[in-house]
Amino acid sequence: MKRIESLNMNRLTKQEIPKAPTKIKHYLTAALIVLLIGWSAYQTESSFIDFVEGFPNMFDLLVQMYPPSWSYFDDIVPAMLDTFRMAVIGTTMGALLAVPFALLCASNIAASNWIYYPFRFILNLIRTIPELLLAAIFVAIFGLGPLPGIFALAVFSMGIIAKLTYEAMESIDKGPLEAMTAVGANKIQWIVYSVVPQVSPYFVSFVLYTFEINIRAAAILGLVGAGGIGEYYDKTLGFLEYDKVSTIIIFTLMVVLLIDYISTKLREKLL
Amino acid sequence: MIEFHRVTKIYPNGVVGLENIDLKIEKGEFVVIVGLSGAGKSTLLRSINRLHEISSGEITIDGKSITKAKGKELRRIRRDIGMIFQNFNLVKRSTVLRNVLSGRVGYHSTLRTVLGWFPKEDVDLAMNALERMNILEKAYTRSDQLSGGQQQRVSIARALAQKAKIILADEPVASLDPLTTKQVMDDLKKINQELGITLVVNLHSVDLARQYATRIIGLKAGQIVFDGSAREATDKRFSEIYGKPFEVGTNEADREFKYESIN
Repeated sequence: MKRIESLNMNRLTKQEIPKAPTKIKHYLTAALIVLLIGWSAYQTESSFIDFVEGFPNMFDLLVQMYPPSWSYFDDIVPAMLDTFRMAVIGTTMGALLAVPFALLCASNIAASNWIYYPFRFILNLIRTIPELLLAAIFVAIFGLGPLPGIFALAVFSMGIIAKLTYEAMESIDKGPLEAMTAVGANKIQWIVYSVVPQVSPYFVSFVLYTFEINIRAAAILGLVGAGGIGEYYDKTLGFLEYDKVSTIIIFTLMVVLLIDYISTKLREKLL
Repeated sequence: MIEFHRVTKIYPNGVVGLENIDLKIEKGEFVVIVGLSGAGKSTLLRSINRLHEISSGEITIDGKSITKAKGKELRRIRRDIGMIFQNFNLVKRSTVLRNVLSGRVGYHSTLRTVLGWFPKEDVDLAMNALERMNILEKAYTRSDQLSGGQQQRVSIARALAQKAKIILADEPVASLDPLTTKQVMDDLKKINQELGITLVVNLHSVDLARQYATRIIGLKAGQIVFDGSAREATDKRFSEIYGKPFEVGTNEADREFKYESIN
């Protein structure tokens, strides 16, 4: 044992001890980030003083919000249900649209990069549009009401679900794909028998996850006139009825938390 | 009957996979292909059902060229060739029965198979195949609940349900322990003898090849260096062809094998 140790020691001293890499790069990065924050704050004219000065206002608002107007609850239940329905229909439509899109974006399924690159590009383009802007556009096209909200959510969900699903598709076991090719399956049979069973639990999980997001998104779509509970935010805030606002907030919070909880539980079961 | 006519495969990186292969495999043969890893065994096997494309030459199955076949014609030829893989390649989340039935999709319309409406005869066929493989009681079990050996038997059942005339097996026992290896190889032998299905099997163990094959083909650097009966494939002959490294190679593979079965 001793001999081996001494041998190792010899080897260590013979070898040159490597120099630690310089940290200049880290310092430069840190400096750059500080500069970026400073510049952003300067350009947007935001300052800590404003924040501190505004603090009492925030407190005032909270005071005005209390107590919540419990009787208002009954008035907003239909709107909340509308929001829920919008999220359900929007997510479902988005999920259905996402299936062909994901298949066309996955490099192991759409065999040619002439197919999957353009579709990925379109998908990325869609995902850059915020759902509120989508809703505003659809309101301009279809008029006020839940319908434009649903369409906005559908497009928005399609973007998320398709992106997550095609990435999941690309990571599936390619063994069964090969087996189905060998069996003589055509493309559709090949997809249904080797891709779908492998991806479907992930897909369902992504749909549930998107539904969670959509409930939250649907709650504010009313701000641009796309139906749901958001319209009541707009109305009550406009009339400075903060007790009602707090009722809506509490209600929304309850619904979102409940759906998050259920969906998380379901997704745990799935994967 | 499988025929190779001057088949060459060169990979895009310039590596020669197969070099000028001329080969004829008759109906009902049990052919085992041996060789070191990288010798082109897998390439040879997968070129038969065109899971790998060849660079030049032609392969015909019962006189029909699979090399030239396209679309429906290609799928038709593939339908008659079953395939068994080292990693079984079952859909793990699907039931055993669905995996076996997936071998039937080539016989039916897209709509019917997508909806999963297989005729009763197909289900009977699948059940018979499972019975033959001694695994009928697992028909409604999810495939990932089965052991490796059971999964491999399911994949053989899939090939049987396919009514394949030829079965290709790419290292079918490489991830199985010695006992299961024997069962699976016995099963392959049985379907070869009882059903007259032509078998082309890649193995890395010459010993195993000698036990089961009616004919052994040795590959080295993409060329056929041995083609004869199991009796002719003596250790002496093989060390002449491959030199010492072949022995070392097989030993190493065996050792790896034991580790896997312990784990």
